Amino acid sequence: MLTYIARRLLIFIPVLLGITIINFIIVNMAPGNPVDMYIDPNMSPEIAEAKKEALGLNDPLIVQYGKWLGTLLTGDLGYSMSSYAPVAQLVGERIMPTVTLGLASLILALLIAVPLGILSALKQNTKIDYLVTGLSFIGTSIPNFFLGLALIYIFAVNLGVLPTGGMQQLGGDGGLQDRIMHLILPTIVLATGIAGRKVRYVRASMLEVLKQDYLRTARSKGVHEFWVTNKHALRNALLPIITVVGMEIPLLLGGAIITEQIFQWPGIGQLTLQSMMSRDYPTIMALNLIAAIAVLGSNLLTDILYSAADPRIKVS
Amino acid sequence: MIEFDELPIKAPLPETASTLLQLDNLKTYYPIRKGLLARTKGYVKAVDGVSLDIREGETLGLVGESGCGKSTIGRTILRLEESTGGAIRYRGENITSYPIAKMRPLRTEMQMIFQDPFSSLNPWMRVKDILKEPMLAHGKATNATAEAEVDRLLDAVGIPRSYKDRFAHEFSGGQRQRIGIARALSLNPKFIVCDEPVSALDVSIQAQVLNLLKELQKELGLTYLFIAHGLGAVKYISTRIAVMYLGKVVEIGTRDEIFRSPKHPYTRVLLNAYPVPNPHLRGREKIVVQGDVPSPANPPSGCRFHTRCPFVQERCRVEEPMLAAEGSGGHAAACHFAL
Amino acid sequence: MNDLLEVDGIETVFRTERGEVTSVDGVSFRLKAGETLGIVGESGCGKSVTSLSIMRLLGKNGSIRKGEIRLNGRSITGLAESAMRRIRGSEVSMIFQDPMTSLNPVYTIGSQLTESIALHLKLKGKEARKHAVDMLRKVGISRPEEIMNEYPHKLSGGMRQRVMIAIALSCKPKLLIADEPTTALDVTIQAQILDLMKKLREETGTAIMLITHDLGVVAEMADRVIVMYAGQVVEEADVFTLFDKPLHPYTIGLMGSIPHLDADDEEALSSIPGTVPPLQNMPPGCRFHTRCPLANEKCAAERPPLMELAPGHQVRCWAAQSDIGSAAPYAALNLETRGATT
Repeated sequence: MLTYIARRLLIFIPVLLGITIINFIIVNMAPGNPVDMYIDPNMSPEIAEAKKEALGLNDPLIVQYGKWLGTLLTGDLGYSMSSYAPVAQLVGERIMPTVTLGLASLILALLIAVPLGILSALKQNTKIDYLVTGLSFIGTSIPNFFLGLALIYIFAVNLGVLPTGGMQQLGGDGGLQDRIMHLILPTIVLATGIAGRKVRYVRASMLEVLKQDYLRTARSKGVHEFWVTNKHALRNALLPIITVVGMEIPLLLGGAIITEQIFQWPGIGQLTLQSMMSRDYPTIMALNLIAAIAVLGSNLLTDILYSAADPRIKVS
Repeated sequence: MIEFDELPIKAPLPETASTLLQLDNLKTYYPIRKGLLARTKGYVKAVDGVSLDIREGETLGLVGESGCGKSTIGRTILRLEESTGGAIRYRGENITSYPIAKMRPLRTEMQMIFQDPFSSLNPWMRVKDILKEPMLAHGKATNATAEAEVDRLLDAVGIPRSYKDRFAHEFSGGQRQRIGIARALSLNPKFIVCDEPVSALDVSIQAQVLNLLKELQKELGLTYLFIAHGLGAVKYISTRIAVMYLGKVVEIGTRDEIFRSPKHPYTRVLLNAYPVPNPHLRGREKIVVQGDVPSPANPPSGCRFHTRCPFVQERCRVEEPMLAAEGSGGHAAACHFAL
Repeated sequence: MNDLLEVDGIETVFRTERGEVTSVDGVSFRLKAGETLGIVGESGCGKSVTSLSIMRLLGKNGSIRKGEIRLNGRSITGLAESAMRRIRGSEVSMIFQDPMTSLNPVYTIGSQLTESIALHLKLKGKEARKHAVDMLRKVGISRPEEIMNEYPHKLSGGMRQRVMIAIALSCKPKLLIADEPTTALDVTIQAQILDLMKKLREETGTAIMLITHDLGVVAEMADRVIVMYAGQVVEEADVFTLFDKPLHPYTIGLMGSIPHLDADDEEALSSIPGTVPPLQNMPPGCRFHTRCPLANEKCAAERPPLMELAPGHQVRCWAAQSDIGSAAPYAALNLETRGATT
């Protein structure tokens, strides 16, 4: 097992290197540069040029990448070109809110999707099944920005029971209850999409398992149908779900960009958008790196969890 | 239609019958990878040094239990698996490492019939297209001539011509197997590997398909390698029989030799374990071997059957017996104490 | 004294997209305590559905529409599901064809074995475990304590079938239904399992309903045999009579289709032409008449009943009935031997 993890981590290195190179090229292909974005119309072209030269933006791409990689290897993510703060600090502040929101959404989504998926499979081709499948379709296809705005309109503007955005009351004490109140709406928005997608996976997986011979064996032993479903079938049906949930983790980062923007949630998503707008190369690169690590890491985690949950799978 | 009474399969073909296919110490190993760099840490020796001659016009039956390597041999001959060592000679030519281009014309001569008639035919293709595809792919027919060929093939396997526009999924298991046979015949092959062609079928349908295979062999002069775990089918169709255990041939001989005077204890065990459809024989003396077949990744030392052999001696544990022919008859058993 | 199991004219139907299908059509038989009954037939003949009807494990779409099943004289056809659950695994238990898929891959052998022990024998913890280990030992598994903690995928097919037998016999059932118990196994392993079943049958006195397509297995194991075709019983006799003097043309055809290892040069197997008619579209009259070499107008028009033509020997065939007295029955029965269907 440890050899397996070590081998997978070893493979991470060339993959990450490749990803950062491709990102670097794409980021630099985008029109404009950090200096142009912040240029004062009154600044003379000479000064702007000097500024560019000072930031190293006139070096060949390969040299720029080399410099970035060099500082990265010393554990330094560099400085933001727009706020001049260290990138590590900028990202560090933003990471916990995103992780909190992501985890809350994932848990809520699974709490909805697993029971509904099972119910739908057990009642295959009945009205309940059609209802659940229909709901999952709506959940999948409703855009985050629309659902977010609709929820703000209903719960914050009209009913006034929940805040419109942010992570805590302005000037408030930022207590747990306050934070939870702020977490509710963005979590619902993110969870709706995830749950919509997962319901169909759970349903399909459960339908597959319900055909298996070992359930007939369990019934022939006199096991109650409730346990046939919830003990013998469920654990087998959830195995493939581990994989699809793992695939969802990186998507959460992406999905969070819009949702965080709508709810002014001070997370990675917001930072991503801001740094793109200002062509803040070091920050963009750092965020890309984090995203890449999240993808690879969640893949590895998925495989490890899978082998822990399924006795037939031995990673090697 | 030919009456079967007229076609006795001559027991052993004369020695002079020319060898169509020869396996010389054939080995097919699958690597086991482990560790940090996924280095090969060992091999599953699916086929481990098999030498066989298949003579023109005969049926060589290949029997053994699951995991003995019999199917791998068939697949290796057709180059569906790559061999690890040894040679495959077809009409005297070593084809073991023929490049794809050189193998291509040979593929028309060597065909395969698969075990599962349900998964080996594309359910969404019409019968006539299933049969035409190989002919068109190998340039054996044009679109115009292929249609007539389809009729001829369907006649040969006993499927009414009027069914040729139907889809494969509309047929029963036995009919699908007939279509699978027709597909194998579409390129006028000389040699067919039949990989458990009747195992998935009902008893009465098995008999139909076996009879059909026999009839076609007579009509078209085919040579079969007939792979099966069921002794009944093998006995019925084979001229000679090779018995396999854990990647090796343990006994080879004519059908009568294998069934009347088996030499290898494993052959005896196999024959003896087969339930006889005669209740009066149920009290008969039986040799029931204990335990399972060992793993081909780690076969036992010496004679591979020694862990389960009822007649095991000390020598069997250390020294591997060779497949030695007695006289020129070709009946051979790999056993130090052959019976 | 009642027989252990009395199946009386059951008709089992399944709802499908294309309407209702009758899988088992008026099947009756009896099984005495300790007796082994073989049920033979090809796929789709209703032999498995018959056994699932007894267990009432027919799924959402299946039901017994007619007839009665009595266990120890008590009708179980109308029992509530909860009462049926008390019978399953304790009075009647079952083993299945494919040991590779019949055990739950994510639970240990021990947990699957103790489940029914806890359920029916009300044993818990150590006691249940001890009983389970005893059962594993009884079915010839060495190192039973270790195997208790293993998952099914670690065991070979033969071992898994032993485990299935241990589970099935753990609550001392009166009746064991074995549905193709050795079909998926290799010949040498099949011999081991059949031996084990014989041994346990002697030790426990459990009656066995052995469902198989393999006449060799039946000849080896059964006291009495039922041959099924297209949802009906076509012949019933004790095993010696059935093999020595089969009367139904289908039974005779089946016997002719298997290659015999002890016979010399068999030049052609007799095969039964054609295929089993689809359940939705049964021919009128005798269901076998479309494939039967003896069929005449009466067979095509009138449904033959199951007739007792000799003591204990029942046959559903008009030709057998008219021929039974003659010196050379079945002179005409020169079964089809050609390869092709017509």
